[in-house]
Amino acid sequence: MFQIKPERNKLVVTKLTDQFSNAILSNELQTDMLCIHVKKEEIQNVFQFLRDDSELQFNFLTTLCGMHYPEKEQLGVVYHLHSFVNNHRIRIKTATEINNPIIPTLTTIWPSANWMERETFEFFGIQFEGHPNLVRILNVDDFVGFPLRKDFPLEDQTREDKNDGMFGR
Amino acid sequence: MAKEVDSDYWVRDFVKAEEPKEYNTLNVGPTHPATHGVFQNVMLMDGEFIVSTEQTIGYIHRAFEKIAERRPFYQVTPLTDRLNYCSAPLNNMGWHMTVEKLLGIQTPKRVDYLRIIVMELARIADHLICNSVIGVDSGALTGFTYIFQNREFIYEIYEEICGSRLTTNMGRIGGFERNFSAKAWGKIRFFLKDYPAKLNEFERLLARNRIFMDRTIDVGAFPADRALAYGFTGPNLRACGVDYDVRVMNPYCSYEDFDFIIPVGQNGDTYDRFMVRQEEMRQSLSIIEQAIAKLDKMEDKETYFAPDPRFVLPPKEKVYNNMEALIWHFKIVMGETDIPAGEVYHSIEAANGELGFYLVSDGGRTASRLHFRRPCFIYYQAYPEMVKGAMLSDAILTMSSMNVIAGELDA
Repeated sequence: MFQIKPERNKLVVTKLTDQFSNAILSNELQTDMLCIHVKKEEIQNVFQFLRDDSELQFNFLTTLCGMHYPEKEQLGVVYHLHSFVNNHRIRIKTATEINNPIIPTLTTIWPSANWMERETFEFFGIQFEGHPNLVRILNVDDFVGFPLRKDFPLEDQTREDKNDGMFGR
Repeated sequence: MAKEVDSDYWVRDFVKAEEPKEYNTLNVGPTHPATHGVFQNVMLMDGEFIVSTEQTIGYIHRAFEKIAERRPFYQVTPLTDRLNYCSAPLNNMGWHMTVEKLLGIQTPKRVDYLRIIVMELARIADHLICNSVIGVDSGALTGFTYIFQNREFIYEIYEEICGSRLTTNMGRIGGFERNFSAKAWGKIRFFLKDYPAKLNEFERLLARNRIFMDRTIDVGAFPADRALAYGFTGPNLRACGVDYDVRVMNPYCSYEDFDFIIPVGQNGDTYDRFMVRQEEMRQSLSIIEQAIAKLDKMEDKETYFAPDPRFVLPPKEKVYNNMEALIWHFKIVMGETDIPAGEVYHSIEAANGELGFYLVSDGGRTASRLHFRRPCFIYYQAYPEMVKGAMLSDAILTMSSMNVIAGELDA
């Protein structure tokens, strides 16, 4: 189990709010780790700061993945960061309007973001601004649609022999 | 009779460097014996040397993340089998633990130890394949044929525990579907007695073999800072000298009760990756021995699941004779249990590195989003940088020592 480290969480929040007073929208303590909501325009600066700050040292981008919030008409990206030095994990979230899904890339900070951003682009249609090679990675190049958005049907919608409503889905 | 060549023929042939270079394109994959999986590398070659590499992946992409959004949690377990199919039980256990973390289920110690036995067996099976295949790719088939018997034996142990071999679908949320049988225990104990000698024999075939050392030392070396930037985890990162292991850093499943060391390499080359995996197999054996010793000391020999009626199927006699048991059975099988809203990230040390599950629930009966952090997918990006300027035969060895598994690459 991950340890929730209250004093380190507090340090992260104070440092970030000092540095980027208007980019940090909110923070909350979730079941397993601290989650910080960041404005998408400042995302590169925030990550650069988190990585290079001598006390925080979030040197490892564990994973990043897309999210779709249909009720808010938003797309989001969730980043998980890990500081090997302090053994501390945090979660960073950012969101963008679905009509204008542009988020700055992290490939300049971590090369490992390259394929993860391509995957997110492919599944959610989020444009990562500044990405060196933003093309589809897992599906064919002429695939139409963004499969992990909630409005993308999982199965052939012309089928009539299945009624998922009966199972509360 | 062969035509006589004039005396400066050989000299002339070699001194032609001023001419413009001609590059060739070489396809390694999608179905190539050297990739050990379905993915493609388009390599630009200058003779035997690699100028650049472009990777194409996704040939077996099955959209697990999308499928998982429409399935009850217990039906996601078979999907995780197919991520890293060389060590399916590890993925299964990781998924169960993720759900337990979201639901706040506390598993009994005995379940944790049983899981550790299974997970370490799976790690041995995975490392064993990877290491023996490094041998095969460097031209030493013998070790592979010897040691594959032991991998077969591990699969027999799986069979005794859960009934299947490759895609195991092992365990349930909260524990196991049944207790380990006496036959399973017998096989595990036999494996512990039998395997160390075989492992030593295998290592004697390769580790100090002049040809193997020449083929692997300084091949595909990668410095630690680049490895961290590229998101390496697991044996590949440890071979670079970074002692990151999820089992130690963020202990799960009672790994904190065990005493083991994290082997690290120095240069991050193919030889180091091989040796780190060898040592990890020994550590895994020691962990299994410790787990058995702890289990032997326990009074309780029967507990194999956490008593949570929402996810653990009641025994069949009760289903037929007891109303509540029948209701729970129906609700579980039909996936009618509501999951509390919340989100959780859980990671385990899988055979290739940190296997993470990011699970978001909005209070419905299925996950509203499930993301797998697949270690292969993340570290395989570094491959072009690792093999740039290397010879083709070395690039093949580098790939097999990274243990790139197509199922985990594509999800």
